[in-house]
Amino acid sequence: MSTIPLDYETLRLIWWLLLGILLIGFAIMGGRDLGVGTLLPFAARTDAERRVLLNVVGPTWEGNQVWLIVGGGVIFAAFPPLYAVSFSGFYLAMIVILLALILRPVGFKFRSKVKDDRWRATWDWALFIGGFVPSLIFGVAVGNVLLGAPFHVDGTMRAFYTGNFFMLLTPFALLCGLVSLGMIVTQGAAVIAGRTTGPLAERARTYGSLSGIATILLFALAGVWIAFGIDGYAITSAVDGNAAINPLGKSVELTRGGWLANYGLHPWMIAGPVLGFAGLAGAVIGLQARLRLVTLLASSVAIFGIVATAGLSLFPFLLPSSTVPEASLTLWDASSSHLTLFIMLLVTVFFLPIILLYTAWVFRVMRGTVSTQSLEKNPNAY
Amino acid sequence: MYHFIFVPLTIGLSVMMAIMESVYVMTGRDVWRKATLFWGTLFGVNFAMGVATGVVMEFQFGMNWSYYSHYVGDVFGAPLAIEGLMAFFLEATFIGLFFFGWDRLSKVGHLAVTWLTALGANFSALWILIANGWMQNPVGSKFNPDTMRMEVTDFVAVLFNPVAQAKFVHTVSAGYVCGAVFIFAISCLFLVRGKHVELAKRSMVVAASFGLASALSVVVLGDESGYIATEHQKMKIAAMEASYHTEPAPAPWTIFAIPGPDGGAPSFSIQVPWVGGLITTRSLNEELPGIDELVGHAQTRIRSGMIAYDALQEIRADGTNADARALFDEHWADLGYGLLLKRYREDVGNATDAEIAQAAADTVPGVWPLFWTFRIMMGLGFFFIGFFALWFYRASRGWLETNKPLLWFSVFLLPLPWIAIESGWFIAEFGRQPWVVEGVLPTFYAASGLHFWDLVISLSFFVALYSVLLVIMIILMVKIIKAGPQDKLFSADEDNDEDYVVAALPATSANKELGS
Repeated sequence: MSTIPLDYETLRLIWWLLLGILLIGFAIMGGRDLGVGTLLPFAARTDAERRVLLNVVGPTWEGNQVWLIVGGGVIFAAFPPLYAVSFSGFYLAMIVILLALILRPVGFKFRSKVKDDRWRATWDWALFIGGFVPSLIFGVAVGNVLLGAPFHVDGTMRAFYTGNFFMLLTPFALLCGLVSLGMIVTQGAAVIAGRTTGPLAERARTYGSLSGIATILLFALAGVWIAFGIDGYAITSAVDGNAAINPLGKSVELTRGGWLANYGLHPWMIAGPVLGFAGLAGAVIGLQARLRLVTLLASSVAIFGIVATAGLSLFPFLLPSSTVPEASLTLWDASSSHLTLFIMLLVTVFFLPIILLYTAWVFRVMRGTVSTQSLEKNPNAY
Repeated sequence: MYHFIFVPLTIGLSVMMAIMESVYVMTGRDVWRKATLFWGTLFGVNFAMGVATGVVMEFQFGMNWSYYSHYVGDVFGAPLAIEGLMAFFLEATFIGLFFFGWDRLSKVGHLAVTWLTALGANFSALWILIANGWMQNPVGSKFNPDTMRMEVTDFVAVLFNPVAQAKFVHTVSAGYVCGAVFIFAISCLFLVRGKHVELAKRSMVVAASFGLASALSVVVLGDESGYIATEHQKMKIAAMEASYHTEPAPAPWTIFAIPGPDGGAPSFSIQVPWVGGLITTRSLNEELPGIDELVGHAQTRIRSGMIAYDALQEIRADGTNADARALFDEHWADLGYGLLLKRYREDVGNATDAEIAQAAADTVPGVWPLFWTFRIMMGLGFFFIGFFALWFYRASRGWLETNKPLLWFSVFLLPLPWIAIESGWFIAEFGRQPWVVEGVLPTFYAASGLHFWDLVISLSFFVALYSVLLVIMIILMVKIIKAGPQDKLFSADEDNDEDYVVAALPATSANKELGS
């Protein structure tokens, strides 16, 4: 093990950052498609308009969803205990998300292959569900992470989850769900406004501005709630960032508003919420001023800020336990082995820039506005 | 298993599309582009189902196999994550351009995109099978008593796991055969009907030659070549062969057998001398142990595993106990065998002889299901070689459309690759039982502590949704095939080669008001 040039503690920190980048990547990239899916029945009124929307995101959505797949894979590879506990714990919530996500590839592909009003209307709603439900539930899940999940682990590291699906739907978690939904809808509206013209783009501006303003209010409300309404977790025992994982070897304390402690310890972290608010405001202004690129950029910054805020508030926790706080998973005691983290870092450092390059190239090739005329040219259009 | 219906076709079709498009770019003949487009449309429908079922796979380990995820995540998670980074990103990013980039890229540019998509699909199989191969032959890793899990010690060994490499070649070749049969059968249908003759004949030539090469590779490089590597793989072979007693090398091969009265050793069988040894060991002098002998080995390992288990308990109680650590290091490789006893009692160390014997008997997978599925799979493998060899010969003679009964016969072969592939999947996964990771973690010990109803609800939802989608997919494919490449969906405008007309023209007055 002495041959690994980075120490264990540093690698764990790097992987926490990389996981954050991947999840933010999914929220920004996947948020485009989820947002457009959620807006599909509302922003687009005619079949032609709906086809335009599907073809705005159609060529790139599959690549965007891989951010989620890789996020899942990286949790598995870099933080196996987190993978084991969270996905089996939030079981039915995950099932709901997956069932909704399943509708998307088939929805995109199947919808326009048959020229029948009822067939297409059915798939339009399927695509709406495929956008709306995951956008909401991802936020609900983050809300539940902030609240802590009812689980504990035994001496063999087997995890036991003692909650159920309906316990996830608390008011605070639902608020987080709405923040997530709001930011994703804003992102979707930014994409539509940027890539279409005419009444479709106008409607997107209206919906996007409304959801942007609503998200600002909801995000602020969530902040107030975190300060005064829920408990935050903090490790009170000494942390050895280089030790082998052992989730049971620490003591944890709960305090009201404790999730804000990090902002006092590391003032730079305030950048997270600031970017969240500024991005949302920028997106609303951009939509109104018809600045296509500014809107999309601002809305992406908003997502970056909001997701980063959740991650920074939780640091170093990944998944606190509400029933046995000592069993909470942190990045120090839920990681892979030193060697695995290092190998995965090499792989990621090699591939991530390549992925970004070819993704950028594909977006460049597919750039430009989509109109009903352009659809007629391509036999594979959705 | 659902996922594995779509994946082989994706792998096979992606490569064949890339081949056809290469021919188009080289010859400039439009029929090849039409062929690429047509098969591409079917590919797309199938790929959508692959994605829909695949996204579930990435999360289901954590959901249903929670303890497994903790126990082996340090090793198993890495190939899955690398698959996403290296392969699936590539495939999924470029597949959009494959469909939407025809008029935005140069010929060569688009061809590159098609190849990158195909490359992504094949890399994807590589990493998934490295992960799966590790479950069959867990190399390059060691159990860490401090963290209670398997941890990587030698990542290169995980990558070049002989079982994984054999599996990769075998599975990808099977995917190619699947794609070839798919294209071939549909092309035969076109010929029988006298439709789209040019496209069908060209597709048949590609499919027959590609199919022949793949079918040869799938049989010759069968994945049992890696089975000899480990104890349980030997058990799997013994079960596939229903060979209860060790045969002297070279072992005979049983074509047909009737189970004995107790469902055990066969009471009647037809055997071909030598062939068994050739199939399973690729040699004439290596011995193939029988089931009874292997159960004996398992007993020994279970007893050793009990020592490891007790030592582990002591280490967990007192991490500084050097004696226990030394003892554990000596016996850790058998810890998994000790865990087999967990089915019978909590305190593994105190197991009785009867319980040990029972746990050892548990290491025998279901013999007769394996015996027959293996024969189905092998029979089909040889059949495909003959089938494609015949058509390859006929193609070289230009006898593609002369024999109508033969064409009809070929059309009805369409389901066969899936039977062969699902048989192979069954042999690999069912044959691994009772292990989820061979010799390391028993399946029953690996599951999440879920409530019964959670499983019932989730399983019924998935089965229902997948089945509905599968039916829809087949209906759509039939529609696309019926419409055929000559449909206006694909007919290139004669005046302007780059222009297509969509079948479903948007915004006709009839559907303008839809949904408003």
